Amino acid sequence: MTMDWLIDWTLSSWLGFLGSPGAFILAAVVGGLAIFGLVAVHAIVAVYVERKVSAFMQDRIGPMGQGPGLHAGKWGVLQTVADALKLLLKEDIIPALADRRLFILAPFILFMGAFIGFVAIPFAPALVLADFNVGLFYILAVSSFGVLGLILAGWASNNKWSLYGAMRSAAQIISYEIPAAISLLAVVILAGTLNLQSLTAAQQGTILGFLPNWFIFQNPFTFMAFFIYFIAAVAETNRTPFDIPEAESELVAGFHTEYSGMRWAFFFLSEYANMFIVCAVAAVVFLGGWTSPLGELLSGPLWGLFWFMVKVIFLVLIMMWFRWTFPRLRVDQLMNVSWKVLLPWSFINLLGSALWWLWRS
Amino acid sequence: MTTIIFWLLAGFTLAAAVMVVVSRRLMYSAVSLLFTLVGIAGLYIFLWADFIAVVQIVIYVGGITVLILFGIMLTNRIESVNISHDRVQMRYGLIGGSGLLILLLIMIFRTPWQVLPAVEPASTIDVIGRMLLIDYLLPFEVASLLLLAALIGAATLARRKR
Repeated sequence: MTMDWLIDWTLSSWLGFLGSPGAFILAAVVGGLAIFGLVAVHAIVAVYVERKVSAFMQDRIGPMGQGPGLHAGKWGVLQTVADALKLLLKEDIIPALADRRLFILAPFILFMGAFIGFVAIPFAPALVLADFNVGLFYILAVSSFGVLGLILAGWASNNKWSLYGAMRSAAQIISYEIPAAISLLAVVILAGTLNLQSLTAAQQGTILGFLPNWFIFQNPFTFMAFFIYFIAAVAETNRTPFDIPEAESELVAGFHTEYSGMRWAFFFLSEYANMFIVCAVAAVVFLGGWTSPLGELLSGPLWGLFWFMVKVIFLVLIMMWFRWTFPRLRVDQLMNVSWKVLLPWSFINLLGSALWWLWRS
Repeated sequence: MTTIIFWLLAGFTLAAAVMVVVSRRLMYSAVSLLFTLVGIAGLYIFLWADFIAVVQIVIYVGGITVLILFGIMLTNRIESVNISHDRVQMRYGLIGGSGLLILLLIMIFRTPWQVLPAVEPASTIDVIGRMLLIDYLLPFEVASLLLLAALIGAATLARRKR
């Protein structure tokens, strides 16, 4: 949608001499840079917030910017910027016995999986890079590149901790993808579409005059589906309490033990980009995306962007809250939660939601 | 522009496919296979088969390639880094391969292909859903039963005997 608009704009403006291939490349570059900017800014802000949130939860003060050397600003707001600079300047170490090519390739595959998902996310009524019919399914599908990136990173490092981390991670992500996808299906049945813009548009208005007409409030089954999806989403991003792939007390750092400098930063960027994506999917599918929680009040393109970001950031903060309050699960507990608790309940949700749809129509 | 992207994508897919065959190391073959499958998903998009393209990524990239990588990782001890495979029986392979290629080429040029007008369909999902769950429900269910049987069989075989 925005892509088409960019191409049309380029062709009709003074840049028209570029012709259609040039306009296409320009639009793709502009879109890609916009996404990358969002991912980078989100990661920088989120890392700072995470440090502060964790500090407040543990009764510390977190980064404050005192001390010699690079000054991190008041309240340590420049801490992540300093960290990013450090990572850029750090020596890039590739272990002698690592598989060099795959070692270099792995972070890019991982990051690509997180990066291309942003293409389909509807930020506002007219702000989505590509508005296509299978948007939701597409986002779920490209997240599987992440698994491959992790496996390759773990294998190429030629380190047993990395390999264990990669295998745990793959098993975990594949297990939790299933309840997550089935929970989303409970909503897709009601909406009858996989297009993220139509899904959002279907949630405008109110129920009973005061509740926003979001899918989470549509029926008890979608209400439960939201929580199942969110738990599974936390597991898919490999964050505590589901962070056994990088459990530092057992595996050093899991699949990214051997990575340093900028390559390591890519693992970090993709973790935060993945957090954004799963929260954005939750916000679009269950919490109304860019629709206003106040009915017609405060709705419009810019307000849409505002509400969307508020919802996503709220969910990201909840993920951070999880990380600093819950202890890590064991491997067997993790598999039990997925296969014996979340999966049966998500099937019940799917069935219930389908029956609800039959009853209403 | 579409033509340029199509040829780039086709070239990418073919190059990755060649890499699958000629790579010395098994892991590289598996990774090249991944790129081949992604390229094929891209080619589906050119046929306006968006759903099939995404399914291709879910099943082949997210499922089969992960399974292959797991297989490679688990069947070799991590200390034995020399995971490679040799080219065997080059001559017979070449003869068989080129024979198959000629056969396929003859078939491709002789078949009267049904050419559809290049218009984007409104939605592919509705039609596919209707076909799978109404028109062809029985074959669909039989296929899923077969897969379930294979799954149980694999689990039984892999289970450690007590």
